Amino acid sequence: MALTGLDIYKLLPKTNCKKCGRPTCLAFAMQLAQKKANLSDCPDVSEEAKRVLGAASAPPIKLVTVGTGARKVEIGEENVLFRHEEKFYHPTGVAVTLHDDLDDAAFDNRLKKINNLKMSRVGTEIEIDLVAIINKSASAEKFADAAKKVSGGSHLNIILSSTSVDNMKAALANCAEKRPLIHGANADNCESMAALAKEKNCPMTVTAPTLEELADLAERVKKVGVEEIVLDVSGDKPKEILQKLTRIRRAALKKNFRALGFPMITFACDDDAFQEISMASTYLVKYAGIVVVNTCEPWGIMPLLTVRANIFTDPQKPIQVEPKLYAVGDAKEDSPVLFTTNFSLTYYTVEGEVEGSRIPAFILSVDTGGTSVLTAYSGDKLNDKVVAKAMADAQVETKVKHRKLIIPGLVAVMSGKLQETLGWEIMVGPREASGLASYLKTVWKP
Amino acid sequence: MEIPNVADKWTSGVNEVTIGATKDKGGSRQKTITVGGSKCIPFMDFEGNPGHKPVIAMDVYDIPPDDWTETLTRPFADVINDPAQWAKKCVEQYGADLICLKLDGIHPDKGNKSAEDAVKTVKSILAAVGVPLIIWGCEHDEKDNEVMPKVSQAARGENCLLGIVSQDNYKTLTATCLADGHSIITMAPVDINIGKQINILVSEMDFPLNRIVMFQSTGALGYGLEYSYSIQERERLAALTGDKMMSMPVICDVGHEAWRSKEAKSNDNDVPQWGPREERGPMWETITATSLLQSGVDIIRMNHPRSVAAVKKCIDRLY
Repeated sequence: MALTGLDIYKLLPKTNCKKCGRPTCLAFAMQLAQKKANLSDCPDVSEEAKRVLGAASAPPIKLVTVGTGARKVEIGEENVLFRHEEKFYHPTGVAVTLHDDLDDAAFDNRLKKINNLKMSRVGTEIEIDLVAIINKSASAEKFADAAKKVSGGSHLNIILSSTSVDNMKAALANCAEKRPLIHGANADNCESMAALAKEKNCPMTVTAPTLEELADLAERVKKVGVEEIVLDVSGDKPKEILQKLTRIRRAALKKNFRALGFPMITFACDDDAFQEISMASTYLVKYAGIVVVNTCEPWGIMPLLTVRANIFTDPQKPIQVEPKLYAVGDAKEDSPVLFTTNFSLTYYTVEGEVEGSRIPAFILSVDTGGTSVLTAYSGDKLNDKVVAKAMADAQVETKVKHRKLIIPGLVAVMSGKLQETLGWEIMVGPREASGLASYLKTVWKP
Repeated sequence: MEIPNVADKWTSGVNEVTIGATKDKGGSRQKTITVGGSKCIPFMDFEGNPGHKPVIAMDVYDIPPDDWTETLTRPFADVINDPAQWAKKCVEQYGADLICLKLDGIHPDKGNKSAEDAVKTVKSILAAVGVPLIIWGCEHDEKDNEVMPKVSQAARGENCLLGIVSQDNYKTLTATCLADGHSIITMAPVDINIGKQINILVSEMDFPLNRIVMFQSTGALGYGLEYSYSIQERERLAALTGDKMMSMPVICDVGHEAWRSKEAKSNDNDVPQWGPREERGPMWETITATSLLQSGVDIIRMNHPRSVAAVKKCIDRLY
């Protein structure tokens, strides 16, 4: 359990010396409890206090890093069960399987396909993170070959999956510098796997049928000296996996239960791609640190990556689209021009309705710091000058011949002033985006 | 090693709402559907009764939708001009738990069909299928206030789920549903406070709480899904901790929203890097639904038969 301000106070010198910059030791203790101060601000703190407070302030879920360099995957160190309470910090790593028993051509083909699983949607590149090499052949040589090929032939991070310690050792000889995740430790082999992981400084998973055994394994691995552990959450049924994911996250966050204070990996693999991606996205929104799938088609991977983008968005911070002029459909010089704000939800709602109307149009997304129309207007982030500047920045007058601007119905009140500042005819659009299609069809005339 | 008990103790839960009425209850449905009743975080039945399984309502339109792609129209090609046959196909072939009749055709811009037309359509569907019916207006306030009361009267006693009412327009439909024994859908645009407010307004007209279903407007995958997700999650938490004005079951409009997105509807030639629409579209709809399920959803409106089948299977495996 997290320490309270009073618990912390008891460990401080209680001299009220003010050297930490706070009026009293109690005030400092309260700020420490709220994580608004650092213990190092106190020059007189005892070793005992450092030890106790250091252990208590360690994150309840350990941060684990797979891979190296800019593409490394960091998972764990999450603070909440529900994203609205704060936010989810470390986006789930998405992994695709590659079996080592494929013949050379099929292997190379699939690896190439996996490497190309990058897509661009709403102006952002999205991509998977890891290849999971599965030692299906049970041969050390084949596993090592596969590791070598992936290490040299892919930019992606690696998961090595084998329950054979010898095979793992052979594969690690070819890719340990990539810091792969070692998957395959269980009750029978976990000490030997852990010794390997420790030697090569790699993160590793532990696999067990129950949470009790999983916690035991994590402790055993820790004793060997491995710090970066990932819990392999498996089960006979998706329901069991989903409930285990929640139980582990709750145990770590609400009970500060250290033996399960690690990020989690789930294998969602299923021959039916619809079920596989359904379950992978389910586990993803409910706390999996890494999800592994077989599907390597963009129509399966893109929704999974999009769920991740959505759920790991910071709920406190509105998401913004780039403030600029967007052409919807084949917009030409006589097409209507509308403006809205750069709050992405507002923008995409408007864009969707305009697109639905099948009338090509220009939408000017005005920079309001990512706030909605009414919020921006009330905060004076949306006024005639802001719109005029956005019109000028986007050089709207060079894009269309007419001089008519459709404004959101919610800010009809600014039309007079805007007309004056801009010198354009102002047309007041509907109050809700849903009215846009009919507005464009009936009211708009170039 | 012993694992700490992490089951939360909740004091309350989601209301149960029954849709449809059989013969002995004054209707003509062959079965009724009860939703809600959950007393736990979605699918966490180790801490409380999970309530009724989420159900799927398939959309049927009174006029052929003009914005559907070929991938979406093909499964309904033979029935798309006949709402009754369309509904029958959804129930008999595609396993719909309920039918959601969307009265788009009454909208002044989409055909401006009359109340008599709408009543005829409703009656034909009631005659064609035995499942309960959701009837969804065109979201044009004046036209809905003119047509929905007549539709409500025509379906009197069937205990349909009618919607939608918003804080700016709720009195007419609330009074009508109260008089004709229907349940109602309250709508708030991704705003939890307005969501509660509209429930209070409707209940102040003496509308029973166990006949209200909440709609927070749905963000499709990639288009605001996280807003709906978090609001629905907060609504579920509010229900579990005893907020009576936030304890209604939740409905989502997944099909329509998912299929409006580029990722679902774009032609293969335009987005070769995204893969074929035949897979891509149904997958987009499926994943919108399965992700939202984790936030706490009781009724999902859907379109494509493949997505319906996948989501039903997913629910069965998690429930």
